[in-house]
Amino acid sequence: MSEQRKGSTQTVPPSEASSANREPSAKEQAWEKNTLQPTLEQSPERQAEFTTISGHPIRRLYTKADLPNWDPDRDLGFPGEPPYTRGIHSTMHRSRLWTMRQFAGFGTAEDTNQRFRYLLAQGQTGLSTAFDLPTLMGYDSDHPLSEGEVGKCGVAISSLADMEVLFDKIPLANVTTSMTINSPAAVIWAMYLAVAEKQGADWKKISGTLQNDILKEYIAQKEYIYPPEPSMRLVIDTFEFGVKNTPKFNTISISGYHIREAGSTAIQELAFTLRDGLEYVEWGMRRGLDVDQFVPQLSFFFNAHNDFFEEIAKYRAARRIWHKAMVERYKSKNPRAWALRFHTQTAGCSLTAQQPYNNVVRTAIQALAAVLGGTQSLHTNSLDEAWALPTEFAATIALRTQQIIAHETGVTNTVDPLGGSYFVETLTKEVERGAWEYIDRIDAMGGMVAAIERSYPQREIAEASYRYQVAVDKKEKIIVGVNDFVAEEKPLDVLQIDETVAHRQAARLKKLRADRSQAKVDRRLNALRTAAKGKDNLMPFLYDAVKSYATLGEICDALRDVFGTYEEVAIT
Amino acid sequence: MPEKKIRVLIAKPGLDGHDRGAKIIARALRDAGMEVVYTGLRQTPEMIASAAVQEDVDVIGLSILSGAHNTICPQLMKLLHEKGMNDVTVLVGGIIPEADIPALKQSGIAEIFLPGTSTQDIVDFIHKRVA
Repeated sequence: MSEQRKGSTQTVPPSEASSANREPSAKEQAWEKNTLQPTLEQSPERQAEFTTISGHPIRRLYTKADLPNWDPDRDLGFPGEPPYTRGIHSTMHRSRLWTMRQFAGFGTAEDTNQRFRYLLAQGQTGLSTAFDLPTLMGYDSDHPLSEGEVGKCGVAISSLADMEVLFDKIPLANVTTSMTINSPAAVIWAMYLAVAEKQGADWKKISGTLQNDILKEYIAQKEYIYPPEPSMRLVIDTFEFGVKNTPKFNTISISGYHIREAGSTAIQELAFTLRDGLEYVEWGMRRGLDVDQFVPQLSFFFNAHNDFFEEIAKYRAARRIWHKAMVERYKSKNPRAWALRFHTQTAGCSLTAQQPYNNVVRTAIQALAAVLGGTQSLHTNSLDEAWALPTEFAATIALRTQQIIAHETGVTNTVDPLGGSYFVETLTKEVERGAWEYIDRIDAMGGMVAAIERSYPQREIAEASYRYQVAVDKKEKIIVGVNDFVAEEKPLDVLQIDETVAHRQAARLKKLRADRSQAKVDRRLNALRTAAKGKDNLMPFLYDAVKSYATLGEICDALRDVFGTYEEVAIT
Repeated sequence: MPEKKIRVLIAKPGLDGHDRGAKIIARALRDAGMEVVYTGLRQTPEMIASAAVQEDVDVIGLSILSGAHNTICPQLMKLLHEKGMNDVTVLVGGIIPEADIPALKQSGIAEIFLPGTSTQDIVDFIHKRVA
């Protein structure tokens, strides 16, 4: 099977030929003959074939024939217990709602600090920081390549001075913060820890999440700086540092979100993300870290796309796979390492620029899938995000959507309300099997870094993404307002970021460089360079460098000197 | 004599790495019989203009989602003009606020394709324009 898939030209993953050996009961057969057949003869179904948005085939009806030998006590289990199909806590959202964590960031640190404080005042329960492209790529706001990009897709952070403004009057001892940053994650984290220290917050108690998932950058989002080997070293450095110093901080958020946004199927999202997770575990173990100690600090991040049940099956399958891998593959003894905790974001790529108010509905349904799938935290997109970063008005509706699901719909009253559904259980099983097939294939290639180097996941995603586009262009898949139900409309008022942000940042950097001790900066950057050439954990050196107000660009350049940079093989 | 194939350069300028759209367009134009060169990520206007000259393309397609279009597009148009590439058709696809479209067209961008555009519409536009 793996040989057959190598050329990545096969259109449907092998697992999706499901339910081949179904043996319907006598009653089901009688229903088919007496009720179904006459109906079909009178009025045929709307389509010859029904599939999920990922192209996974869906049967007309699921019955116990789809779950042969299925024992709920063994195969489904109970919430808070292996294999965690029903959730990682015994009471799930009855005890604690998910964290409502809206991703925000634009303009300067002052602009975003204001939005953060607004969102907290509206009842948001955690922060999530979006950085602009220069920051994500390790360039200062005044670097020539930053021109036109400063503060556009997130907040511009070029030094600890910016970070201090970003979290001004936000107590890091109490508020958990997620930071979506990858290549320069260790540097930004060092800045965060420096702000926490300055505020007097105890590192042992602070909590939050660093995205820090470089593998999915090579696979999907493409914001990488250094080659895989030194990038992985930086990630493992944060794991090691986190185990010792910040036991409550998630040092990574292993992300399927961007893989899905790049056009993958649900099964690919699940498989590549979980295989990335295994890769990090293996690199951590090779460093000599104890699985039972560092794995509880690894968290996950999934997409919530339009296909409601497929998404729910994906989250349930994710927990099963992680548990199995931890126990069987790595012989973990710590249940905290077995339970897959995840954040969810509704699918940005599902939002339409056309008739944007419809996006509120899409987002609500996607968010509901995440909640029913047992998410620990959630970001709901704003209706205007196919056009721009959200306005305050749009961001508020997105947060209210979560509050309505939490407090009005009643879906949080019971744990895993869909558990035991013939359909959901079958789909969970099929999605899980499809993911394992990919994982086995990547294992056979020598792991995820090796698979990335031969562009395997990149190609699989590009194929799936093109397949979906063709289906949309042919109207085999309908997108309301885009390829059907089209209407004339007025443009939306969107958030515009002007170039004054870049000018303000440039002025601030100029002042920073004039005010700091250059000798100290040079000393610490040299120490970092020397350490990077050796094997020491780089976190303490990064921490010293940021405290001297060396800029993000200077620090990333010091590492570029030693590590070099990465260029991908462009595939289309 | 066989008809000369339309040559297209698909480019991804700026720091953004979201290349789903660029790759889909590259493939759709190739499937429509065009000769497509994809630059890969993070191309400066200089790199794009040089590649356009070197590959002798009829069309340049820029994929921009990050909001940097007002900086990148005029720079590229100026460079193309300096290199004498005045007859190349430059298209932009991506997230472009409607308010920015008139100025981009003024700078010489032939057309701007917004989210939701079908690949066939782009193929048709190029055929009509470069016929």
